[in-house]
Amino acid sequence: MDLSPLWISLATSLVATAITLFVGVGAAAWRSSRRGFFAVVVDCVFLLPLVLPPTVVGFFLLLIFGRRGPIGQLLLRFDATVVFSWPATVIAAVVVSLPLMYLSARAALEMVDPHLLEAARTLGATEWRVFREVALPLAWPGVIAGTILAFARALGEFGATLMIAGDIPGRTETIPITIYFAVEAGQMWRALLWCGADVAISLLLLGGVYYWTQLQRATRGIR
Amino acid sequence: MSNLPDGFKMRRLAVAGLLIFFVAVAAFPVTGLGQQGGAITVSAAISLKDALDEIAPMYEKRVPGAKIALNFGGSGTLQHQIEQGAPADVFFSAAEKQMNAMEEEGLLLNGTRRDIVLNTLVLIAPNDSKVVENFGDLARPEVKAVALGEPNTVPAGLYAQQTLEHLRLLEAVRKKIVYAKDVRAVLTFVETGNADAGFVYGTDARTSSMVRVVETATADSHDEIVYPAAVLKATKSPELAKAFLDFLAGDGARGVFVKYGFAAAENPAGKN
Repeated sequence: MDLSPLWISLATSLVATAITLFVGVGAAAWRSSRRGFFAVVVDCVFLLPLVLPPTVVGFFLLLIFGRRGPIGQLLLRFDATVVFSWPATVIAAVVVSLPLMYLSARAALEMVDPHLLEAARTLGATEWRVFREVALPLAWPGVIAGTILAFARALGEFGATLMIAGDIPGRTETIPITIYFAVEAGQMWRALLWCGADVAISLLLLGGVYYWTQLQRATRGIR
Repeated sequence: MSNLPDGFKMRRLAVAGLLIFFVAVAAFPVTGLGQQGGAITVSAAISLKDALDEIAPMYEKRVPGAKIALNFGGSGTLQHQIEQGAPADVFFSAAEKQMNAMEEEGLLLNGTRRDIVLNTLVLIAPNDSKVVENFGDLARPEVKAVALGEPNTVPAGLYAQQTLEHLRLLEAVRKKIVYAKDVRAVLTFVETGNADAGFVYGTDARTSSMVRVVETATADSHDEIVYPAAVLKATKSPELAKAFLDFLAGDGARGVFVKYGFAAAENPAGKN
């Protein structure tokens, strides 16, 4: 049996989650200290992938990253194409999982007591240090929750991926794509096997995170 | 004090209203089915959409009281829906494979299966691209991506694979193949210029002004592209369903099918 969907899915979700973590937390940090119309517009843009059907998101990505799209044209100058390649699966996964990361991180950061941030500032800490040593550690549980959501969403991503990356066995065929085609072809056992693999990965992830947070609490002596 | 009972009353009213709403919603489809004996559901391959959207109103106009509900999807998806008990009276497939499977499972009403229309398989390329001028060009190194339906699930993809094999191009093209989940997606890939070429039905190629037909696959290069239809055994209105099948094979419907690029099947009356 060809195990390539497993490796492709794992690599795609891990890389996508890492990118989502940095972009999502960064955007949330920027947004949590801003008010006004522009900030709301940014909110809407980040929420869009959650509202639109994944296939539609994929279609937009195809228009942007495609050979005739603005970013696609730019890449062509360096003789590179991203559509129908492995990076395309990462792009799709990042775009659909970013809203979950962004919302969780933003909610967590806005829950942080502003007095603590003020206190750090009066003690002479730079904004970066305030964020890194006060805001982020306090918002950490929310960030972890967002990361789990983002990873799960990236692992399950199907519609946008199929649109921008196509189905190329051994290159862009992720586990959800394998399951879809197995179901459509009536290969129920193959479909169930891969569903099992997906569930196993999720359980391992959740178990790992649970164990790790318990460990953190024990060493830090919180609760 | 008098505010509290009022509040309760309001809430009770709201709950009662919601309950009535839910009961009404739950009951609606049941009464709807019970009263309209002349309604049938046709589960048809998505590539038939344009033609059937025109044919169904024609039939409803001709037979007063008849109501044709159309449900479109991939032939494989429709097959699974019906196997799982989805309510449908007529199945109109884009390939024999799905119909054969359902016949073996005994889901068809005996003697109602017949071939309605034929389609062609064509190679398409973006309007503004000159890279692909015939099937042989697919092997050229400038051609980076060739889109076709996933052969196990999309009939058009299977025909495309057979054509490539027939032309002895499959090995040269294999590394460039991008599988799509349906013909519509193949069309999108080529329209946006992301695939240099793709295989779709002749009827699909006509729906887009952004692609051109490079070449039509010869009839001997792939299995016959035939669209069979049949009445399903689970139907509650077999007479209406049979009459609609007759209408699909008749002259009036044929004119519409031809308009959208289909050809009438050679032997529409035969085949069990």
